[in-house]
Amino acid sequence: MAPSPAAAGLPNWEADPILAVEHLFMRFGGLIAVNDLSFKVGRGDITALIGPNGAGKTTVFNCITGFYKPSEGRLVLAHGHAPTAEELARVTLIGERALVGRNSSVYLLERMPDYRVSGEAKVARTFQNIRLFTGMTVLENLMVAQHNTLMVASGFSLKGLFGLPGWNAAQRAATEKAKYWLEKVNLTDRADDPAGDLPYGAQRRLEIARAMCSEPILLCLDEPAAGLNPRESLELNTLLRTIRAEHGTSILLIEHDMSVVMEISDHVVVLDYGTKISDGTPEAVKNDPRVIAAYLGVDEDAVEEVEAEIDAEIAAHSTGAHS
Amino acid sequence: MAVQLAETAPPTAKASPSSSVMAHAFKDAVITGLIALGLFAPLIGFETVIIDGALGLDYRPGTLAVMVGIIFVGRLLLNLTVWSPNRKPSVRSGPTIFDRAGTTIGPAMKPLLLAFAVGFPFIAAFAMGGMNESRYLIDLGILILTYVMLGWGLNIVVGLAGLLDLGYVAFYAVGAYTYALLATSAPINDFFAGFLGETFWANWAFWICLPMAGVFAGLWGMMLGFPVLRLRGDYLAIVTLAFGEIIRLVLINWVDFTGGGAGIASIPRATFFGVPFTAGENGFAALFGLQFNPMHRIIFLYFVILALALITAFATVRLRRLPVGRAWEALREDEIACRSLGINTTNVKLSAFATGAMFGGFAGCFFAVRAGFVSPESFTFDISAMILAIVVLGGMGSQIGVAVAAAVMIGGMEMLRNLGFLNQIFGGDFDPSLYRMLIFGFAMVAIMVWKPRGLVSTRDPTIFLKERKAVSGDHVKEGHG
Repeated sequence: MAPSPAAAGLPNWEADPILAVEHLFMRFGGLIAVNDLSFKVGRGDITALIGPNGAGKTTVFNCITGFYKPSEGRLVLAHGHAPTAEELARVTLIGERALVGRNSSVYLLERMPDYRVSGEAKVARTFQNIRLFTGMTVLENLMVAQHNTLMVASGFSLKGLFGLPGWNAAQRAATEKAKYWLEKVNLTDRADDPAGDLPYGAQRRLEIARAMCSEPILLCLDEPAAGLNPRESLELNTLLRTIRAEHGTSILLIEHDMSVVMEISDHVVVLDYGTKISDGTPEAVKNDPRVIAAYLGVDEDAVEEVEAEIDAEIAAHSTGAHS
Repeated sequence: MAVQLAETAPPTAKASPSSSVMAHAFKDAVITGLIALGLFAPLIGFETVIIDGALGLDYRPGTLAVMVGIIFVGRLLLNLTVWSPNRKPSVRSGPTIFDRAGTTIGPAMKPLLLAFAVGFPFIAAFAMGGMNESRYLIDLGILILTYVMLGWGLNIVVGLAGLLDLGYVAFYAVGAYTYALLATSAPINDFFAGFLGETFWANWAFWICLPMAGVFAGLWGMMLGFPVLRLRGDYLAIVTLAFGEIIRLVLINWVDFTGGGAGIASIPRATFFGVPFTAGENGFAALFGLQFNPMHRIIFLYFVILALALITAFATVRLRRLPVGRAWEALREDEIACRSLGINTTNVKLSAFATGAMFGGFAGCFFAVRAGFVSPESFTFDISAMILAIVVLGGMGSQIGVAVAAAVMIGGMEMLRNLGFLNQIFGGDFDPSLYRMLIFGFAMVAIMVWKPRGLVSTRDPTIFLKERKAVSGDHVKEGHG
């Protein structure tokens, strides 16, 4: 699953992107929160979106998951294989929000309302400040996540109201799935307790389990390790790896905890002031002077100096590669 | 939270010598008494009387002294007991005794209450010594059950979906006018008279119109739902309130259609599935070989509203366990999280409005057939407020709580009319029924202080793996409108 740039020649996120963010702009009045951002998320990758506070990471998330409508830009989500340029041009021009095929489908997320992004395009998300249904039990939280499947199974409540057999089977299947995820996040013993009663770390895990119950192909996690102790962070790493390995779900996460980012991600995108300043493997990003400058902070002159240096270096490299 | 409170309690909570406590309490009570004296002296101390045709002043030092005395003694007692600095603050965690009692008695209560509701007309007839004598009690029973049903209907919107609806009476009105207009319509009557007999429509109108009233009210619920989808909280409450008033004003002013303020009279009465409750040989009594008694119809109406209320309860309990019901509750808990899980919150809100409105429509249809007369005066804001108060007092989302609250509020209001015995204490001039609303208001405030989340504040989970544990009201959100 991990990218093998040496073999393919291209990194996985270029060769087989599940999500392509293209020229994304998000303006709030005069404030430009996201400024011409383009990056790709590889299928089966764990991609980290990092950056200093206020860099616009959560805004990007809200655009991807449909909670904000981007001012400009295209967000292409591909089920199956990535669309060719012609397919993409066609679906963009005909003004449809999606082109659903048998083996592969294309969804233009910027055209979809939030509930369709999760329900149809299968992009699930968690929130920076945990949003559980606190007054419902842990199990009920996981059942609500399977709403759309169950709604059809209950014949839009008619079959369920009269207790017809098809509904009961669907309910049992949904409970089994919930039990599976409870096992995964180690919450089986707390299944019948209200979600609001769980400790913080368990609430974070439950939110991930709830998102996974909606069977996403892309899971967006907004600071999943925030407020976790080191042991819980380790457990989170294992959980995310299991999700990727066993369910093939691609993961996009915002994170400040570098132990999580460097440990598990295949691809890191760095934002600062709404623009991308670095994009690559964790090692490449870690050593990028622009990232270091953004995180540690340097004077204006130093930034320009560093940038000039980098540009010169890049120019030297590309000429070297071409000759 | 409780621990934190105990730690941050003010230093006065420390035990202090009892003499200084007594002195402090006494001083405080004296000050309170003086304030009371200042306030009451003009209010109670003087009385305007007519002396020889002119207005004069009379003085009532006795009454004034009694009132100030009550304030002084009451303040002193409170200072020494409830507000005493020596009293340890009650640190309470987990369910209260009442909640625990509720969870243990609760399951047994439901069949008991149901059996009582079914047997009520017979118990009433037996207790009052005859069918005719029990009329008052059975009428009261019908009234209470109507409000139980309305409470359960509104509970879907307010208690489950967390959408504050102050205009619920609109759907009650739509149901009532649906039946009133259709049942008294001459063209429909003539249409059926042509091939099903002269009396067909009069005898069957209720049973045909009952489902239609629900459908129309449900459609009105959706119509209300669309414009208010984006509104939350106070704004939603105001718009629903306005909607309730609009329906009433339309009913008053559209005279050609609704009969205006005069209302619609001589609406066909309920029949025993087509058999009228008349003294004739085709009537109910003759059919079953009973002696004719007008009470047969009243008792039958009681069972009709009981059945309607039970259908409402049954449907709500079932719907809660279905995805749509869970989505209602999830919407109350967190709308944004709902949308992140692929739930179309527009549909969820509309389905809650429509389902709640439908049961309001059924109840309205029943109201029209029971009264035989509808007018806009029956659908004022008071009714909406009363139903909402029942839902809030009962505990939002709780079936049994709402039923008990309806019985207490409607039954209690009626009982307060019968306070004649107070005359013996306060003398013949005293009219106890005037104090009805005052006592009622005090009772409501008391309940809200004592049980701020309603009589039943716990939430029953809709599904469980190993053990059904009630969810404490502290976790359950009230919704944002």
